Amino acid sequence: MMKYKVKLKGFSRSFLKKEWAVALSFIILLACKKDMDQNPVPQEPFKGFYQPEHFPPILQPFDVTKINEKSFALGKRLFYDPILSRDSTIACGSCHIQASAFTHHGHDVSHGIEDKLGRRNALPIQNLMWQKNFLWDGGILNLELVAISAITSPVEMDETLPNIVEKLKRSKVYPQMFKEAFGTNEITSTKMLIALGHFMALFISDKSKYDEVKRGKAQFTEQEQRGYNLFKQHCEACHREPLFTDQSFRNNGLQHFFSIDKGRYEISLLDGDEGKFKVPSLRNIEITAPYMHDGRFSTLMDVLNHYSSGIQNYPNLDPLLINKIPLTEQEKNDIIAFLKTLTDPSFIRDKRFSEF
Amino acid sequence: MKKEMKNWFQIIILGIAISLTGCKKKEDDHNHDNPAPVQPGEAEIHLENRVGNVKFYLGENYVTEAGDTVKFTMFKYYVSNFQFIKEDGSVYTVPKDSCYFLVKADDVESQELHFKNIPAGNYKGVRFIIGVDSLKSAAPLEERTGVLDPATGAQGMYWSWNTGYIFVKAEGTCPAIPDSLQNKFKYHIGLFGGYSTPTINNIKTVELMFNQNVKISSNKKPNIHCYVNPLEMFKTPTTFSIPSKPIIMASPDSKIIADNYADMIKFDHIH
Repeated sequence: MMKYKVKLKGFSRSFLKKEWAVALSFIILLACKKDMDQNPVPQEPFKGFYQPEHFPPILQPFDVTKINEKSFALGKRLFYDPILSRDSTIACGSCHIQASAFTHHGHDVSHGIEDKLGRRNALPIQNLMWQKNFLWDGGILNLELVAISAITSPVEMDETLPNIVEKLKRSKVYPQMFKEAFGTNEITSTKMLIALGHFMALFISDKSKYDEVKRGKAQFTEQEQRGYNLFKQHCEACHREPLFTDQSFRNNGLQHFFSIDKGRYEISLLDGDEGKFKVPSLRNIEITAPYMHDGRFSTLMDVLNHYSSGIQNYPNLDPLLINKIPLTEQEKNDIIAFLKTLTDPSFIRDKRFSEF
Repeated sequence: MKKEMKNWFQIIILGIAISLTGCKKKEDDHNHDNPAPVQPGEAEIHLENRVGNVKFYLGENYVTEAGDTVKFTMFKYYVSNFQFIKEDGSVYTVPKDSCYFLVKADDVESQELHFKNIPAGNYKGVRFIIGVDSLKSAAPLEERTGVLDPATGAQGMYWSWNTGYIFVKAEGTCPAIPDSLQNKFKYHIGLFGGYSTPTINNIKTVELMFNQNVKISSNKKPNIHCYVNPLEMFKTPTTFSIPSKPIIMASPDSKIIADNYADMIKFDHIH
């Protein structure tokens, strides 16, 4: 014990006199630290992933602790870069526009390169870490694998991952960005997809009026409150709070064209899954028109009219909808007033996510 | 002066020591693996494509059980999760990081599977699956390396729209298929059973027993020679007519082909 103290004394004395020795040992330390020390002090502190207090635990096995300022910046650049499509015309951001909660506002189904049409309505990109699976049919399980679907689809970006890697390697900016994000010069499609994941994982929409009410910082108007009560009575069984989806697949009685799209059946191959689609979240629903998997409805009133009187009877129609959801006009308007409280203005204006 | 010299020496040594302990972790992990006194050995499994007594080639004509004349342009498949079965019935399981193989008809090297670090002993057989296990099929991207990397390694064996891999991919022509389909057949068979909701599971376990016990040791590296018959896709238990369904991908019919190819790999001899 005594010896130790003596040593420490010696340590502090030589610290003053032999700074260069300390510097030398620091250099040795730094040489090894490369992996951990990606970011020199940023000007503004980078806000990584966070868990909103009223959200359930995340479901994706994606490692959010690795998200850093540089990998996020790389993901953002990739997201808005048409280099990801075969003829360099379409970026992820082309069909996922921030002002519309990253949907393709005004398009029933999205168009890819050369104006080719897809068959489904682009889903919003928000709160991805809480999803069990992705896309209308739940075909993809991992966040970082979703982009492959759009990149390689012949009617979307129609590009191959190896081609993209070649383009990125030839670029003037990407090699440096990959190096800053991942610490090595190597550019791989895995790193590219993870960077895209790092960008999109931070698309957290949790600041709508509804959220503020839940936090006790705001109050619903009378009409919104009536709408909320009706919502809980008629809609919440599927659109479960606080994410406003129970992530199940259901046939909601839309007239279906099975030759074009069998929905969940295409993944599960289970009889009875024809025409089932994932229950979409209602967050930001006001600004994500059109609605349904094929974008057939352009207003929220159209959607409520469908549920109150338009439902078709299919053998696998969701049991909750067999008697439809009869609603008066007043009730529909009240529900719409409530749904508008799910719009998150700070999310769609967040500069961190914006193209320009 | 002398004392000060000693002090900054201590600092440098301290610095080096800290930096070394910070860096060494990775190299250290390996040293504790095989404390066994007997050196482990290696083995090879050779998967040679053959139809009956003749070697199988892409572009050659063959006649299936149902009487269809077919020509393959592509034949490739995954095998994975290998276990070597010892004479007492216990098994050596090949570690996850080296148990996935993509075997291709147009790449002879891919037909030689190499295994290292097998505990020395007498083995009577080997067990593996045709396909990719469900855990790996649903794994994060970072855990999909080598032949499982969707971008490069998997070489068209990854379904971008449906989580999972194509286990067996066979394409070619058959004159009996209508011209509207350019006489082409395409069988892309996968499906690992689903993650949250169960679906068809086409993972097939293969167990091959050798005709004799095989010794594996540091100075004995056996080559386990197996024959793979692509035409088995179209027979036993179901005699399958190719023109009746020239294209099968992720559909219930995939089960017919998968049940058929479950016995396409057979042990032949050791050398």
